[in-house]
Amino acid sequence: MDEAVAAVAAVEAVTRRARELLPADAVVTDRARLRTYECDGLAHYRVTPALVVLPRDAAQLAGVVRACAEHQVPYVARGAGTGLSGGALPHAEGVLVVTSQMRAITDMRPEDQRAVVEPGVINLDVTRAATPHGYYYAPDPSSQQICSIGGNVAENSGGAHCLKYGFTTNHVVGADFVTPQGETVALGGIAPDSPGYDLLGAVVGSEGTLGIVTSATVRLVRLPEEVRTVLVGFESTDHAGAATSAIIAAGIVPAAIEMMDALAIEAAEAAVHCNYPEGAGAVLVIELDGAAVEVEQEYAEVERLCHENGSFEQRLATDPVDRALIWKGRKSAFAAVGRISPDYIVQDGVIPRTALPEVLKAIADLSGDSGVRVANVFHAGDGNLHPLVLFDDSVDGAGEAAEKVSGAILDLCIEHGGSITGEHGVGMDKSKYMPRMYNDDDLDTMQLVRCAFDPDNISNPGKVFPTPRLCGEVPGRKKGAPPLQEAGLAEVF
Amino acid sequence: MATSIRPETLEGTAREAIASACASVSDPGEADRVDGLAPGVVARPADTDQVAELLRAAAAHDLTVVPRGRGTKLSWGLPPTGADVLLDVSGLDQVLDHAAGDLIAVTQAGARLADLQEVVARGGQCLALDETVPGSSVGGTLATNTSGPRRVATGTARDLLIGVTVVRADGVVAKAGGRVVKNVAGYDLGKLVIGSLGTLGVITEAVFRLHPVPEARRWVSVPVADPAAAQVAVQSVLHSQAVPGAIEVEWGPSGGRVHVLLEGRPDGVAGRTESVCSLLGDSSAETEEVPAYPWDVTAAGDDRSTALKLTFALSGLAKVLEVVHVTGVRLRGSAGAGVAYAAVAPGTPPDEVRSVVDALREACAGVGGTLVVVDAPAAVKAAVDVWGPVPALDLMRRVKDQFDPDHRLAPGRFVGGI
Repeated sequence: MDEAVAAVAAVEAVTRRARELLPADAVVTDRARLRTYECDGLAHYRVTPALVVLPRDAAQLAGVVRACAEHQVPYVARGAGTGLSGGALPHAEGVLVVTSQMRAITDMRPEDQRAVVEPGVINLDVTRAATPHGYYYAPDPSSQQICSIGGNVAENSGGAHCLKYGFTTNHVVGADFVTPQGETVALGGIAPDSPGYDLLGAVVGSEGTLGIVTSATVRLVRLPEEVRTVLVGFESTDHAGAATSAIIAAGIVPAAIEMMDALAIEAAEAAVHCNYPEGAGAVLVIELDGAAVEVEQEYAEVERLCHENGSFEQRLATDPVDRALIWKGRKSAFAAVGRISPDYIVQDGVIPRTALPEVLKAIADLSGDSGVRVANVFHAGDGNLHPLVLFDDSVDGAGEAAEKVSGAILDLCIEHGGSITGEHGVGMDKSKYMPRMYNDDDLDTMQLVRCAFDPDNISNPGKVFPTPRLCGEVPGRKKGAPPLQEAGLAEVF
Repeated sequence: MATSIRPETLEGTAREAIASACASVSDPGEADRVDGLAPGVVARPADTDQVAELLRAAAAHDLTVVPRGRGTKLSWGLPPTGADVLLDVSGLDQVLDHAAGDLIAVTQAGARLADLQEVVARGGQCLALDETVPGSSVGGTLATNTSGPRRVATGTARDLLIGVTVVRADGVVAKAGGRVVKNVAGYDLGKLVIGSLGTLGVITEAVFRLHPVPEARRWVSVPVADPAAAQVAVQSVLHSQAVPGAIEVEWGPSGGRVHVLLEGRPDGVAGRTESVCSLLGDSSAETEEVPAYPWDVTAAGDDRSTALKLTFALSGLAKVLEVVHVTGVRLRGSAGAGVAYAAVAPGTPPDEVRSVVDALREACAGVGGTLVVVDAPAAVKAAVDVWGPVPALDLMRRVKDQFDPDHRLAPGRFVGGI
């Protein structure tokens, strides 16, 4: 009881400080408004935060974090709240730091192939701002119209085009970063290879557990001369998988190769009428981009390889409207599944691409044995599966059965040398699976990083790792360091 | 066996502990010096388990440890303050797996980068990381974060390493990442060990993503009269549709050149070569390979050049080259990535080197970049600020203190005395 009282008092102290630092409407304590922040994109975890703040700039944000540090109040950063692993799930006795009001593109530097953006900037808006200069921002999660860069940085978001262009971590080169002590430090910068440890590399994808990024310097990529998007219908996922392998084996690196199976196609048709080939057991969406001559040649080869692997229809997008319609079917697939099932789990696992046929067969068996339907949507090029496990929560035990199938799919991924998450993050949802992928020593070692950044465990506690590591005292004596250096009075380089 | 070069090699119980942890233990020879410092003993473990045993033994006896791959860049950074054990991982030399269909390779850290390339080349693939120092091991390449021209297109080690096995200073073996390119489960420890000069742990295994070997590659080269012209050339290629595989700049007392690499399918490369030539004007022409880096990487001791790594925002190239020109150093690097390497000739008095370093560092800082003294003769290292200002140094120290609380690994070699 005493602890609970102390926690309330601590939050109150942070609230007072926040009211001094932030405009009145940026400090939310009203119960009804607090509840609007109770979950992110993974809506079955819900926790109402004790306090929500919406800082307008880095100084306000750092001030709130300093207050949290001083009063040992946990905080959770949230961008647009589209995350699918509960990474931004609030802490009941903590502060939710919402970065959505920090949404300025502060610098657009095509001559340096860089843009500097605040964390609340919407992913697609970076591309929109860069396009007039002939550039774009490559990482493109399906939620790119609503998700923010801050969340992308926290989750190391991918997207359909990361097969060729990489993930957020490959495109963020610098950041202003607020540590869990409330200090602001610069990581990386506009130029590459900053001296010292690549702390930015550790921060990107750390799911808000190491601190909060208040400004990101991102790479801009030259818009390609030519883009070709083709929709290919196959009888089965086996055929589509074989075509994918053949394309990769031919030395082609398409911008994207996406696969959807019959059930996913059915859902997408119902939702957005994307007019995919009738009777297809699987479709591939293949996009090639680059210099025109090569795209032309690669397209001819892709066409041939698909044909050799049993495609029965190939539809090349002839204009941007066509292309958008092809992508609409794919990018709306998660939500579309709502049309064919009242409830569903979006899974996110990764397997080596060559294991695709075997794993899809095993997923089909799991589905058959349990009677739980599974729709498959995935980034076939890099083996990132998004099985959608369908269920009806109003039926007794259906949720548990679906959860079981969903977990078994992750086990399949791990058995095949893959990962429990390719782009959605571990968050709240998958921390329990981490020990299946990593042993105690691995997890302990990762948490050394956590201890270095956040020894008090106040930055998004309870996420990623199933059990927090005790950080202990940082040893005082360092071998060989002279007293002045030890005391922080002198730096030796 | 080499005669010992250290007045007191490691002896007694400490030596016995090291010997029992690892079958191959020897007295150091002249070639085993770590930037001048003679190690107490050279231990050459055969596998990850022996590396772990060794580090546990070193911890039990409070010994300092310097990891070594193939020893080609052991003098980089500052000289360590201790090297009781030189931990030579060259015995871990196996390329363990090449999964061509998955475009990945698994290798032990002591394997030569060239050996790895040879294995994956059989499947028409490559690790898109240039070997800038011949003979380098995979582990050493990671620990020093070297990269070459192709970084413009395919990035650096941080973009290619997808899994890593590291042995901590306390002997705990940890893995991060895995065998798949797409993976966001847990912290990316690979990023932390890249470029850490062996100060966080000993890398014993690495998993890389691979790229198909391009069918064709051609270089186009153009002379540039002055720094401004170099920048115009580089910017014009960057903003073109040439999809350059590399954009190199070369600068010396008599001026400079810009070189552009085009890679891909023969027809496409032919077309893009033509467009780059017309973009760069009449004086541009196709060439064979570009010239070497401006220092002799095989030189040792006082015969070494002072090797500098400069970084800058892409549009800052001209400003940097102007100062390079004034200082008279030779430079070459990835203008298309904002990285270049310069050399101050061996025998240059340390004071003179310092003023060159200061001038160039100021120029880089003015355009968002940094300058690091990669390697230099002892007298130069003592006279210059090797690392320059390092933001977030306090956080870096905290990371070091967590991974290696006793500062056992390569002490003093890295930034801020880490």
